[in-house]
Amino acid sequence: MTQPILALKDIHKAFGGVVAIENFSLDLYPGEIVALVGDNGAGKSTLIKIVSGVYKPTSGSIRLDGEDTSFSDASGAREAGIEVVYQDLALADQQPVYMNMFLGRELTKGPFGLLDKRKMMDDTQSLVDELDVRIPSSRATIRDLSGGQRQGIAIARATHWASKLILLDEPTAALGVAETARVEELVLSLRERNIAILIVSHSLDQVFRLSNRICVLRRGKQIGVRETEKTDKNEIIAMITGLQT
Amino acid sequence: MSPTAIFRKYELQNYIVYLGFIAIFLFFAVTLHDAGFTSTRNLTNIILQTAPATIMAIGLVFALSAGEIDLSFGSAVAVSALSAAVVMQILPMPLAILAGLGAGLAIGAFNGILVAWLRLPSFLVTLATLGLFAGVARTMTDLRSIPVTNSAFTGFFGSGELLGIPSLVWWTIIGVAVGHVVYRHTRFGAHVLATGDNARAAQVSGIKVPRVRFLVLTICGGCAGLAGLLYAGRLQAAKYTLGESDLMIVIAAVIVGGTALNGGKGSIIGALIGSLLMGMLNNGLILMGLQVSDQMIVRGLIILIAVAASLRDTSR
Ligand SMILES: Nc1ncnc2c1ncn2[C@@H]1O[C@H](COP(=O)(O)OP(=O)(O)O)[C@@H](O)[C@H]1O
Ligand SMILES: [Mg+2]
Repeated sequence: MTQPILALKDIHKAFGGVVAIENFSLDLYPGEIVALVGDNGAGKSTLIKIVSGVYKPTSGSIRLDGEDTSFSDASGAREAGIEVVYQDLALADQQPVYMNMFLGRELTKGPFGLLDKRKMMDDTQSLVDELDVRIPSSRATIRDLSGGQRQGIAIARATHWASKLILLDEPTAALGVAETARVEELVLSLRERNIAILIVSHSLDQVFRLSNRICVLRRGKQIGVRETEKTDKNEIIAMITGLQT
Repeated sequence: MSPTAIFRKYELQNYIVYLGFIAIFLFFAVTLHDAGFTSTRNLTNIILQTAPATIMAIGLVFALSAGEIDLSFGSAVAVSALSAAVVMQILPMPLAILAGLGAGLAIGAFNGILVAWLRLPSFLVTLATLGLFAGVARTMTDLRSIPVTNSAFTGFFGSGELLGIPSLVWWTIIGVAVGHVVYRHTRFGAHVLATGDNARAAQVSGIKVPRVRFLVLTICGGCAGLAGLLYAGRLQAAKYTLGESDLMIVIAAVIVGGTALNGGKGSIIGALIGSLLMGMLNNGLILMGLQVSDQMIVRGLIILIAVAASLRDTSR
């Protein structure tokens, strides 16, 4: 088997006295989509934030491509090739698509370091074309786009910058049915890029449509990991709730 | 496409200021023709008189675009002008320039530290420092006016000319050009807009949001410092009242020029046109022979209409 892109081992996280994550271990391989499921407060977002460098684990190790890593902040994780797509769309609404695509990492040219808007627009256009995110233009203002188009931009941005791993925290929670379907297609198409994808979702239908493996959390405890093809909704629901069905 | 989307797409709100500018210009040109409104001398005068306000407006565009506001620049203008005038009496002129600019930058940086790192709202911080530094300006010279006689200084910042163009016009052109390029064509400008648009998105994208907030307020202070030097140069004196009445005019110029009050959107060129519009209004009302009190009422009403027109789109 190939080496995992991300290897989490015995991750533990406590906020003061509150234990949010206990003994969590998971390996993510290139080209696979792993779903993280669990009830509200199970610790899913906390885990995403640990991997993306927002929180430091209280103990445990994070290995990226076989190397021990410890991110001091989100910028560190980003530089290591980890991108996050947030449920509440971390986009600047009044700015054009291409500026959002390069937010915080704008391209410059010339001796005065002026913005290379042309290149940012062109790169954005070829990326959205490649991923089939249908927007009127790379110069369109974000707030003139639909929710699905916006989440498409956020995922395209993550795809552009992620060399190892994309984390998606409930990426379709704010979207309608048709938009959700578009975003799911987009997520599936990312599998070919040989990066790993960890997705948090409340919709088991979605989880079964997208993932290769499903990891269940309950009150911070890792209940188990199943291959999607070898399990069913009933088993996952039982694992989430702790009740037999 | 909905009407508001079309409106936004073609940035029609940005044209309101140009239309308003042309309408008011034509109105005065017709009604005040005999009073000499359209004479070259009068038109040049309008530009000369608006130069300090235009410079202050440039700083304010940066602050508002980042989601902050500066109300203290009027006081910073007085402190800067007085600092320069006082230093000039005992030390070489370049040091006086540094003192004037430095005073403005220091006031801006003081606001910036309180806002960026102590997370106090800029509205309250700069409201407080507006009063604080107005007091400082009064005590600096015991309410006395300080003459500025150095002809190199008054030429450079006031009555001088280069290539037949008055120095105050040069300052306006340079200020607007530099401001526009930094605002529209640098990473810093992009970070200012992103911070004012969605500070959390900016933060998670690796933009140093506190640094941006600190810098925009420092820029406001620096612009106020330069405006103070321009006043001192043009009037050949510095007094605590300088800049006192500019707050409303500068804010109106910036808003009318298409800069959003709640951040994420703005225009330096628009602010220039807005500032010229305010100057033209001032000049026209004086030529009409209105009493000062009537001028204030009419100006207030026109600003209200202009601001309402330019905010129509963003008030959704
Ligand atoms: N910053 C924090 N400080 C204290 N407790 C937190 C913090 N973030 C999360 N928690 C706690 O950790 C637990 C897991 O939360 P979270 O990861 O947001 O769950 P999920 O995303 O699965 O709904 C909850 O009990 C929550 O109250
Ligand atoms: Mg959550």
